[in-house]
Amino acid sequence: MITLIQLTMRVLMRLSLAVLYLGLTVSMLKAQETYPVNGVQDEREGLYAFTNATLFTKYNQKIEKATLLIRDGKIEAAGANVTVPSYAIVYDLKGKYVYPAFIDLYSSYGTPEIRRDAAGGGRGFNRTQQFETDKPGAYAWNKALKPEFRAYENFTVSAKDAKGERDLGFGAVLTHQMDGICRGTSAVVLLGEEKEHEMIVSEEVAQHFSFNKGTSRQSYPTSLMGAIALLRQTYYDGQWYKNQHEEVNLSLEAWNKNLGLKQVFEVRDWQEALRAAKIGKEFGVTYIIKGDGDEYQRLDEVKATGSSFIIPVNFPDAFDVEDPFAAQSVTLAQMKHWELAPTNAGRLAKAGVNFALTADGLRRPADFYGNVRKAIAQGLTEEQALRALTETPAKMAGVEAELGSLEKGKLANFFITSGPVFDEKSQIYHVWVKGKPFILKDIDAPDLAGQYTLTVGSTAYKLNVTGTPEKPDMKIVVSDTSSITVKQTMKNGALTLSFEPEKGKGLVRLSGTGEKGKWSGRGQDPSGAWLDWNAVRQGDAAPANADKAPGERRGRPQGGGEKKEEGAMAKVTYPFIAFGRETLPQAGTYLIKNGTVWTNEADGILQNADVLIRDGKIAQVGKNLSAAGATVIDATGKHITSGVIDEHSHIAASRGINEGAQASSAEVRIGDVINTEDINIYRQLAGGVTASQILHGSANPIGGQSGLIKLRWGYAPEKMKIEGADGFIKFALGENVKQSSFDASTRYPRTRMGVEQVFDDMFTRAEEYAALKKSGKSYRRDLELDALQEVVESKRFVTCHSYQQGEINMMMKVAEKHHFHVNTFTHILEGYKVADKMAKHGAGGSTFSDWWAYKFEVIEAIPYNGALMNAQGVTVAFNSDDAEMARRLNQEAGKAVIFGGVPEEEAWKFVTLNPAKLLHLDKRMGSLKPGKDADVVIWSDNPLSVYAKAEKTFVDGIKFFDREEDAQMQKEVASERNRLIQKMLAAKQGGEGTQAPRGRRFNTEYTCDDLDDEISEN
Amino acid sequence: MMKNTLKYISILCLSVLAWPLAAQAPVPAPAQSQPIAIVGATAHLGTGQAIENSLIAFENGKITVVAPFSGQDISKYKVIQAQGKHVYPGFIAPDTNLGLIEIGQTPATQDYAEIGDINPNVRALIAYNTDSQVTPTVRGMGVLIAQIVPSSGVLSGQSSVVQLDAWNWEDAAYLADDGVHVSFPNRQRFSFATFGLDDNPQYDEQIKSLKDFLSDAKSYCGNKSAGKEINLKLEAMCGLFDGSKRFFVHANSAQDMTQAILMAKEYGMKLVIVGGADAWMMTEQLKTNNVAVILGSTQALPGRIDDDVDLPFKAPRLLHEAGVTYCLGHEGYWQYRNLSFQAGQAVGFGLPYEEAVAAITLNTAKILGIADRAGSLEVGKDAILFVSDGDALDSRSDMVTHAFIQGREIDLNNKQKVLYEKFKEKYARMKK
Repeated sequence: MITLIQLTMRVLMRLSLAVLYLGLTVSMLKAQETYPVNGVQDEREGLYAFTNATLFTKYNQKIEKATLLIRDGKIEAAGANVTVPSYAIVYDLKGKYVYPAFIDLYSSYGTPEIRRDAAGGGRGFNRTQQFETDKPGAYAWNKALKPEFRAYENFTVSAKDAKGERDLGFGAVLTHQMDGICRGTSAVVLLGEEKEHEMIVSEEVAQHFSFNKGTSRQSYPTSLMGAIALLRQTYYDGQWYKNQHEEVNLSLEAWNKNLGLKQVFEVRDWQEALRAAKIGKEFGVTYIIKGDGDEYQRLDEVKATGSSFIIPVNFPDAFDVEDPFAAQSVTLAQMKHWELAPTNAGRLAKAGVNFALTADGLRRPADFYGNVRKAIAQGLTEEQALRALTETPAKMAGVEAELGSLEKGKLANFFITSGPVFDEKSQIYHVWVKGKPFILKDIDAPDLAGQYTLTVGSTAYKLNVTGTPEKPDMKIVVSDTSSITVKQTMKNGALTLSFEPEKGKGLVRLSGTGEKGKWSGRGQDPSGAWLDWNAVRQGDAAPANADKAPGERRGRPQGGGEKKEEGAMAKVTYPFIAFGRETLPQAGTYLIKNGTVWTNEADGILQNADVLIRDGKIAQVGKNLSAAGATVIDATGKHITSGVIDEHSHIAASRGINEGAQASSAEVRIGDVINTEDINIYRQLAGGVTASQILHGSANPIGGQSGLIKLRWGYAPEKMKIEGADGFIKFALGENVKQSSFDASTRYPRTRMGVEQVFDDMFTRAEEYAALKKSGKSYRRDLELDALQEVVESKRFVTCHSYQQGEINMMMKVAEKHHFHVNTFTHILEGYKVADKMAKHGAGGSTFSDWWAYKFEVIEAIPYNGALMNAQGVTVAFNSDDAEMARRLNQEAGKAVIFGGVPEEEAWKFVTLNPAKLLHLDKRMGSLKPGKDADVVIWSDNPLSVYAKAEKTFVDGIKFFDREEDAQMQKEVASERNRLIQKMLAAKQGGEGTQAPRGRRFNTEYTCDDLDDEISEN
Repeated sequence: MMKNTLKYISILCLSVLAWPLAAQAPVPAPAQSQPIAIVGATAHLGTGQAIENSLIAFENGKITVVAPFSGQDISKYKVIQAQGKHVYPGFIAPDTNLGLIEIGQTPATQDYAEIGDINPNVRALIAYNTDSQVTPTVRGMGVLIAQIVPSSGVLSGQSSVVQLDAWNWEDAAYLADDGVHVSFPNRQRFSFATFGLDDNPQYDEQIKSLKDFLSDAKSYCGNKSAGKEINLKLEAMCGLFDGSKRFFVHANSAQDMTQAILMAKEYGMKLVIVGGADAWMMTEQLKTNNVAVILGSTQALPGRIDDDVDLPFKAPRLLHEAGVTYCLGHEGYWQYRNLSFQAGQAVGFGLPYEEAVAAITLNTAKILGIADRAGSLEVGKDAILFVSDGDALDSRSDMVTHAFIQGREIDLNNKQKVLYEKFKEKYARMKK
């Protein structure tokens, strides 16, 4: 029944459509107006009707028996009651499905191929140094910054490349050139094959970023923290550029313009997502984050970024773990991720994170559907999946008026399938892009399946046809166990068949036409005699034995991973690697009874004493304590101390410990790259370490800002940092900063003479910068000078890598000239020669117990160094600079007893109270004093002894390490590994693809000297 | 605390006396001129046994008495009263480049890595520098014997065992050219592409070329007809096939060790694994094939992220309990002064104390082929031993007071002590 109102509406709609149509025609003509026609104009209307379809006008709007009407590349109508003009070209899609074409927000389609710079590169000491960009023109100083690159200006249609994703049902992509840290802008383009003019939907959608330098061979930055600093500085430079008249900088101009666009940031893991979000927060930007698919590992923090995400479905293949030895190099985290990666999208959806899916990163594009189905089997709903491929990306790219659903006026971008799109048996017939069809499979191919009587001349055969319409499988049944294969081709309605009735006797060849179960034609028998044939359908086909796996799509079987998972699944732990916990441990009330208590206070070492921990603090130290509700720990025969503090550590940092491209990198911050997923955190808790200064390396005179952390194993990166700690910065002297082991270096300085000048110059500049700031005049904010201004104003404190007495003396004099003092000399192996001067200057010494001889500048290092400096009143610490040594710093302290006879109680302070003092944390840490943080270790023996084991380690009253729990966790790690290995073996047997066992993201233990470029492409 | 202060003073006195001499490495000690007896100490024999309140005596460089002290006549001896102290056989540093390098990152001082892949003919012994300033600091911690080892390429060269108090390398030689060292091809290796462990694509080829060389060498050594052209590289291998030299394979992963075992079997060589991080997981295979292991540092990080965090600490105990022939190594050169703590570390994780001593003395001597002369406090052996104030395996109490090599009491002074005294003097003057 059509009401009057509906009728009226229809008339109105037609009218408006007519108007639209006119406009469209004009615009289309316009696009080609500039092109002369060689011959006769051949514009066609392109009016198509797709009827009787199951039509998804939107991800959540399914209409049965619907019609889609398109004209001139746009949708004219879509729905159940669409009137089809009599002159429309009609596709009857009975039983077929129509979906809005997918949109991929992460693509480089149609952008120029990225070419690596031929020269330069290399790693470590073999690298070539390049201090400035080699790009000609008034562009950014750093080649990894390319805000001026505009994808739409460089876009070319590529029929070959378009086909790849289009065959998966994608009709449009957001494309950008994936090269550099700032990569310029992206455009939404269609995956059709018309002229570029018509394929560009939206010229400038977003500005793109990554933490990867790409093809730039410029030395800076070499590290992740350098990339972060470079981005931050560029934001400030952009602000400065707006109000200055000194220079023209095309990159900054573009940058400022691009800030009005959406901002997309590609990251390598969830930690980088948080890092990107933190940069964004500083500058009022909420990035769309292109994730790595591991977001489920820290869902809460990921969600808290407030970002939308672009999520890949490139789930890892199972590792080939058949060789038990080789399998050992695969970590538990890698195995768990193999199992859990398909749960990522579902978990994000459940958490309410807005995300789009991308086919980016798939090694085999054909895996796309199989993997989406895996995600669906693991908690993503089909509706959510469809939304994440249509409406969400359209909205995220701001093209929802054109794309993402099938509604009047939008572009005719859709595809036709044989069944529900995520059904494993479904096939894609057509993908239509802007009203132009791309045919993958013949939509009209008749389904030949059935049992036929095939009569050839006078011989009758029983013919059984199985398979799909596109790929029928024909066999002549001879008996229950034997059959003759019939080869067939079906083209444009003509069927040809050939088979060999008797082995070795030649082929029968037939050609014919027909429909609805009746086929007939002419052919030749093996002798060449012509004869008539026909085939008449008798009923349904007998099921073929050894039918191919139903999951097959484009030739590659998908294994059982798409099935609903049964049985145990890996747990998300914090951290995600081995020895992580399912829930974060919390502070408790502990009464540790009857131990030998090293107070590091006036009380000295108390025998048979107790320590009470409550609310994260040390509540009481003394004898015969009691506390209601406390967990009592018997420490009879054991030693209780405050936690070990490592003044010089390089653990728990991601992608580079040195930003060594330039003589000064004061702008970089270790705090930006704290890595919670470093097993060394746990290993060091097992060595009684509770807090560490994560220092920049010693590649340059002025290094980067330190990250002071507590070893809160499992806590998020920001929560590992010590709240309210003073800022520190690394300086370095001597052979490393002179690049003595790098003969070809052209970086200033190459002598200790030059080292002094670097400092004097930078401090002078910092003072001038401070004066300029105070003057009220406008200035360019410089993150490097900001940090150095803090240094000269004694608001940021220096830990200076140093060896020889001459340079130590020099550093103190330069500091004094600029009215500040060096807080700590680290390494300081000749500190014993100038300990008096250090004491007078007020510098502490954080040294090695006994290292020497490992390079020329340490040939006069002595293990009595600590004792001698201590005797002169220098605050002395022993530090590690080494992930291995850090877990037995307690023993290193013992060496101060052997070498130089430092009393045990005093020696113990070398690794506890003294580093706390050097880090300005002694008000909170370093001794067992009521009110201080409950960073407490229970040792099996005198802690200075090689035999002592940390049995329990508390940080802030939270028990992060317990030797008994550790034994249990080892068993769990082993059994979980075994479960996953068995499952991977089963996956391999089930035909799933596998990858060679390799330890991805090998645990990197950094030392001061590590200089690898960690953010280059190769 | 009192005890520590006393120690402090006694060291101070000793050092001051020796100071003027020590701009150079100390003068090698003269031959033992009179019988010496160490009385009352706890003697750690190196055999897994200990004697409380012992009498250890030696004469003409050889040990003559190893017994509980029960009032024996000691009138003929120069007596070292050592009640409450400890006596140990000299610790043995296997797999070190001590004396082959003086200063790291300073190539002019380095002589342990010859160019090329196949160098079985190069000999560490002749490059051994008896005048190194580093050696005295190592022996001051009880290390009195070392196996000096070349390392580069695939077949790195021949090691030798030296005693650490000598005028020149000929004097130093304790067992010359004891074996050939192989830096074994790694099945998996670090890849910059993935920043992780990855398959070594050249592995099969590397194994094949190593075996080709061994085949050529075995053929060469089996056919020594007169007038045959001499090939130094092949010649250097002959001792491996007649059992007079050992095949030291530097390998850590189980896969690589397995290959090494197959190879040693095929060519009939005496195999010693050096490194052996995974040895604990293949103890039966090691035992069955009679393969000894020189373990790398216990004070090391586990090789794999998922490993028991204490695995390297426990490894010696695991090998000991399984009955594998093993000893403890460490790394580098100057680092070897911490050899005893590698053993102490294992004690903390369940290795019986005397077994830990054995792991850096007699076990090592056996593996290096010098157990007939060194490695334990047993009558008839060379008097290579030292006296320590405290437990020499512990980081808070080690303190060597007397050390003897072949009965010669060596000078315990070193460059570092001299510098210590020099700058104590500086500060003492400032107080005046």
